Amino acid sequence: MFRALFDRDTWQEIFGSIQKNKLRTLITVIGVLWGIFIYITLSGASKGLDNGFERQFEEVAINSLFVWAQNTSIPYDGFRTGRNMQLKLDDQSYLMQRVPQLQYVAPRIARGVFGGDGASVKRGGKSGAYAVYGDFPILVKIASKDIFDGGRFLNQADMDNQRKVCVIGERTQTELFEKDEDPIGNYIQIDEMYFQVVGIHKFSGGGGFENDSDIFIPFTTYKKVYNTGDNVDWFAMAAYDNADVVAVEKDIKAALKVKHRVHPDDEFAFGSFNLGEVFNRVKGFSSGMYFLSLIVGIATILAGVIGIGNILLISVQERTKELGIRRALGATPREVRMQIIIESVFLTLIAGIIGIILGSFVLAIINAMTADNSGFPYANPTVPIKFILIALGLMVGLGTLIGLIPAQRAVSIKPIDALREE
Amino acid sequence: MIKIKELHKSYTMGQNTLYVLKGIDFDVREGEMVAIMGSSGSGKSTLLNILGMLDTADSGTYILDSNPIKELDETKAAIYRNKFLGFVFQSFNLISYKTALENVMLPLYYQKVNRKERQARAQNFLEQVGLGPWASHHPNELSGGQKQRVAIARALVSEPKVLLADEPTGALDSKTSYELMDVLQKINDTGITLLIVTHEEDIAKMCKRIVHLRDGVIVEDKKVKQVRASSYVE
Repeated sequence: MFRALFDRDTWQEIFGSIQKNKLRTLITVIGVLWGIFIYITLSGASKGLDNGFERQFEEVAINSLFVWAQNTSIPYDGFRTGRNMQLKLDDQSYLMQRVPQLQYVAPRIARGVFGGDGASVKRGGKSGAYAVYGDFPILVKIASKDIFDGGRFLNQADMDNQRKVCVIGERTQTELFEKDEDPIGNYIQIDEMYFQVVGIHKFSGGGGFENDSDIFIPFTTYKKVYNTGDNVDWFAMAAYDNADVVAVEKDIKAALKVKHRVHPDDEFAFGSFNLGEVFNRVKGFSSGMYFLSLIVGIATILAGVIGIGNILLISVQERTKELGIRRALGATPREVRMQIIIESVFLTLIAGIIGIILGSFVLAIINAMTADNSGFPYANPTVPIKFILIALGLMVGLGTLIGLIPAQRAVSIKPIDALREE
Repeated sequence: MIKIKELHKSYTMGQNTLYVLKGIDFDVREGEMVAIMGSSGSGKSTLLNILGMLDTADSGTYILDSNPIKELDETKAAIYRNKFLGFVFQSFNLISYKTALENVMLPLYYQKVNRKERQARAQNFLEQVGLGPWASHHPNELSGGQKQRVAIARALVSEPKVLLADEPTGALDSKTSYELMDVLQKINDTGITLLIVTHEEDIAKMCKRIVHLRDGVIVEDKKVKQVRASSYVE
């Protein structure tokens, strides 16, 4: 069977029959080429979208969620409705204990974030109002902070010693420091208190309320400076990778309701934002897109391959006499069939390979165009080599199957009838 | 070489059945050169096609070189055609996109002979029919006589025992026809059995035996004194 593949005559015959009708062959090949092109571009593009979404979320743990206190809506345990709830520092260990799926819990407190004035920050003759966050070092496990070289984020020693250190934003740096000045090690005044700058964080878009001027100081320092006691504004949390984030969110609220003596059905006492759930929905959407593009691509390939089968059927009909001559000269039905199937697979594969090249080319262009647009959820559109191989395999398979029809037709006619054909 | 007995063949078209061969008994010995004659519709081409295994008979026996040819599947028939038989057709039946040499090489391809040997043998046979210098020409660059010689070379290249020719001179002028018959006679001289279907009296006389068919039966089967075509060829 494979002898035919390596014989020059086989190829001479295939090219002979292709050359007889170049335009028709070209148009047919374009059918399959278009199919694989659509497949590659669509699945690459949807992978790009997928990567893009992932990039948007890369600053935060994908299964993170945030919980804050609001007002109660149901009277309970002697408390009237509308009670102001307040999260406390010991809720952290309580939650860790009660909700085992939680990996990290970072208490946060801030001013100038949700309304209210920011801290007044001064350095030399320059000043401004900036949001200031009191944070635990663990925060970076939940929402990563890119720190410029030479600096660092807050650490446990800062916390333990209630150090007056801060991490400032890119904008804060440009507004308070000279261009050629290195802020690390220098001091700025936050609400009349001197803080040493230990790091500058890179700002990256991607939603959330933080921005490029935020100042982070140790939670313990914040508590002391602003006299906030054990109050916590909100918790940033991350569940383990395999945890069901929706269930975890429910457990957290239920636990907090018990601790803070809130009616179990009170939906307003604690507010939350479940990034994990949003992320899952977006992932679901992009997986759906990916799947859709696979289906559309494969269906288009199929349509193209059917076109090849159709054209071979016509070509076999036109070559009836030639095939009759071959059979008179001793070609067995199997050899005739083989020739037509090889022709079918060859056309399909050539079309497929050109389609893959063109598709990759278009993906490369899309990639180049979207490379420096970080706001657009699109990154690195790729098609795994496995998928390309599957597509090629599919084409060989379909090419063979579809080639069987004209091949069978070619041998079903008696040699003498084939020879009589004009 | 060939033995047929009670060979019947009919074609059904709609409700009408046309009986083409009505019980043919016919033997051909090795080395014979037989002309099958008859008017059109007499069944001569049908007989040749059945002998060439391009068509099948309805009933009767056919033995080719001691092999009973009955109920052969297409694959076996193809192998027999390739091994025992060579064909020459009135309309040449060359493949237009192949050169003369490539056309002659084709039967050897199906014999799984390697390309180099195919080329050498095909070139040799083209030279034997006087077309050595035309090897690289395509059929449309050749005259009718040349095309038929290519067809003969192609029929001979697989070294068949029997050469079947269906009106080989039908498309040629008389001078070219005689040249071609000269070639065929020389082939017969080497011991290859020849069966030639023709309706031309002078061509038939260049064979050693003439079989007349009329309405599907043999009406005459006689040995004749062979006229050498070379006497007509300058």
